Amino acid sequence: MNTAPTTPVLSARGLAKSFGAVVAAADVTIEVPAGQRLCLIGSNGAGKTTFVNIVTGYLRPDAGAIELDGQSIVGLAPRTIAHRGICRSFQIPQLCIELTALENMLVALAAAGQKLSFWNSAAAGGNEARAHELLQRFGLEAMAYRPVSEMPGGMRKLLDIAMALARKPRLLFLDEPTSGISAEEKFPAMDRVMEAIAGDAATIVFVEHDMDIVRGYADRVIAFYSGRVISDGTPDHVLTDSEVRRYVTGGTA
Amino acid sequence: MQLALTILMDGLIYASWLFVVALGLTLIFGVLKILNIAHGSLYAVGAYMAANAVTFFAAWGFGGWYALLAMLLAAAVTALLLGPLLERGLLRLFYGRDEVILLLVTYALFLILEDAVKLIWGVNPYYVTEPYQLFGNVAFESMFYVGYDFALIGLAIVCGLIVWFGLNRTVFGKIVLAVIFNREMSASMGVNVDRVHLAAFTVGVFLAAIGGAFTAPMISVQPGISVSVIIVSFAVIIIGGLGSIEGAAIGAVVVGLARAAAVHLFPEAELFSIYLVMAAVLVFRPEGLFQRAAARKI
Amino acid sequence: MTRKNLTLLAVAAIAALALLGLALPRWLLFLCTMAASHGIVSVGILLIMRGGLVSFGQGMVFAIGGYAVALSVTHLGISDVVVLMLIGTIAATIAGAAVGPLIARYSGIFFGMLTLALSMVLYGILIKSTAMGGSDGFNIPRGTLLGMRLEGGTGDYILYVLTIVSTGLASLAVAIHTRSARGLVTQAVLGNSLRVEYLGVSVQSVMAMNFTLAAALGGLGGALTVLALGHIEPTFSYWTQSGEFVFVAILAGAQSVVAVFVASLALELVRSFSNLYFPNTWQMALGLFLLAIILFLPAGIGSLWSRRAGGKSPEPKISASEREAAR
Repeated sequence: MNTAPTTPVLSARGLAKSFGAVVAAADVTIEVPAGQRLCLIGSNGAGKTTFVNIVTGYLRPDAGAIELDGQSIVGLAPRTIAHRGICRSFQIPQLCIELTALENMLVALAAAGQKLSFWNSAAAGGNEARAHELLQRFGLEAMAYRPVSEMPGGMRKLLDIAMALARKPRLLFLDEPTSGISAEEKFPAMDRVMEAIAGDAATIVFVEHDMDIVRGYADRVIAFYSGRVISDGTPDHVLTDSEVRRYVTGGTA
Repeated sequence: MQLALTILMDGLIYASWLFVVALGLTLIFGVLKILNIAHGSLYAVGAYMAANAVTFFAAWGFGGWYALLAMLLAAAVTALLLGPLLERGLLRLFYGRDEVILLLVTYALFLILEDAVKLIWGVNPYYVTEPYQLFGNVAFESMFYVGYDFALIGLAIVCGLIVWFGLNRTVFGKIVLAVIFNREMSASMGVNVDRVHLAAFTVGVFLAAIGGAFTAPMISVQPGISVSVIIVSFAVIIIGGLGSIEGAAIGAVVVGLARAAAVHLFPEAELFSIYLVMAAVLVFRPEGLFQRAAARKI
Repeated sequence: MTRKNLTLLAVAAIAALALLGLALPRWLLFLCTMAASHGIVSVGILLIMRGGLVSFGQGMVFAIGGYAVALSVTHLGISDVVVLMLIGTIAATIAGAAVGPLIARYSGIFFGMLTLALSMVLYGILIKSTAMGGSDGFNIPRGTLLGMRLEGGTGDYILYVLTIVSTGLASLAVAIHTRSARGLVTQAVLGNSLRVEYLGVSVQSVMAMNFTLAAALGGLGGALTVLALGHIEPTFSYWTQSGEFVFVAILAGAQSVVAVFVASLALELVRSFSNLYFPNTWQMALGLFLLAIILFLPAGIGSLWSRRAGGKSPEPKISASEREAAR
């Protein structure tokens, strides 16, 4: 067993972000070791999505440091951070509605490459095979040649996540992967997502509201409230914490 | 010093009719979210109508100061005829489409009106210069100015105040402001957005027509006047900020002064100075002086 | 369609058109040459439009291409038409590469207005520069090819063939670009520029490159126009010229490059006949035609023969609020 200290994949220290009088993040310090499945919980406006937006480069923190594998990523644009190895999926699927599922995947794969070709199609260089493979893993192969506009919400969610895997990221953020999916479908969907990801992303951070999903898939949970981390530990530990019950889960854990 | 004053006066005079026209343009953009390329053509129609009206009035013995009334009526008729016709009959068909599509629609309208004007009024210039002498000449710092030019400045101020007052101090004005800020929300609150659109567009046409009508005595009214007007008006509202009254005023003054300075100091740069300012504003402050831009968010 | 098949089709079409030119009367030959040299500028607009932006200032690169040719003739004494064509294209490409990164930051009407402003700045400069003929512009003599001066009917025909071949090959390149990775990403930018950025692509640099390519096409068009017309003037950069290029692109629709040339030819034919018989109604006819297209054939005439699942138009379909919700 390796007991020597290793650099965490993600190290965020003292992050702060305010929008006028609204404190979206205050002294947030989180270190994510490689291979962990971390879940962020908190009520709306607690700061979980702000954290994701800051780490992925959409927002610049007012203060604090962020390091990916020991290298600072503060102030970098989302596309640069994607190159470094952090990819994300979105709460509301961000897709190209007019393009087919396959084309969306090809765009993601082409973007993952070294440069965009003026000459070769996006399907070249093995991208087409890998695109189909990813679609199959997520159960989307049947919709490969249909435009996203014809896909139901649940499938769009899966495609959104599949695209985030194109780069085989070091760190994958999933923003509410099961939101919009009906209760009885949530676990099968999450199973499928986790299975499909297997191997293509070392470390996963997901934001969730459904505590059953949290218990079922997280190694570690961090609870947010008012921009601060109020609890950090195993699911059992965090979900039975009195503060968490008060501000996040609402009582019955 | 003399030169500076000349530039200032020339700039303000040019800015005044430009402000009236640009005010109409920015109002239409603010409410209907349409950048009206045909605005210059509406100015031209106003000018032609005014030329006819003044001549007509004079023929019936109503010369002199009645010419001003004739011009005002000409502008009003233009607005009442073309406003509802164009808004109801044409623009409404394209609401909800992309802003660039609407731009093309107004471009098509400009093309149509250009030829319509030629068909109705012919290609020869009209001159209605008598009203230009109405206010006599004014001596100012040993330069002589035509009184009418100063009256134009007065007209611009009056128009600006009326529009400002109408928007900010009347109930209907407040409703228009609500539609400007959020059309859907206003509609769901029960506002008759259709009527607001119609009113705003008609007022916009009226302002363009006033601009045309009251500058008619100063120019030769002929095909092509619309083109120079529309380009310069665009520059004004881009500089000032789309949809802003204050912006239209500041923009008009900036453009007027830039042009006057160029004419007196660097005649070669006259035309390109205006567009250079516009391009510079778009590069350094795309929202203009008073508004929000659509630069990429990421 | 594979690249190979596209190339074969393009070569066949170019050859066929070249042969057809032998049978056309001189006035029609000239019209077709103009249609092609103007059409290629609209092809450039199409390229940019697939990313959701409409340039209202292609007159700028059209004029730069034209003036580069004209000045090379009068000041550098160059007369070979192929060399001149390349000079015009390169000059405009350099301008496009310089301007592209600056304006690629903008979208929607701001992009349109900025391109318009830039073309009008150039117009303003050209109008006042007596060294370049001022508002009247100036004429240039017919060029040469392999030392032989291109006069008369034969000269017209050779210029026609040069135009058809160069615009045809340029269009082939655009068609290949459309099907390339870059072309797909360009469409994705229109669909969801936020996602494209998050996937690791600099939207700004893609759009800047597209603008540069369109500038090359605009310069090519300007060069060919001047070579055939023998005249250059500031109106090449005027906003109404830019408007016509946009009109043809919209008329053609965002799919088919061939449709652009059909539309361009239609415009030239309508313009000629209207000017001849109804001199004060051709703009009106153009305007009414444009409205009809926008109303009834929003995907352009190209959609009459190329249908695509989902159908594409230059209008962005993801609302700003959906993108906001991604926060």
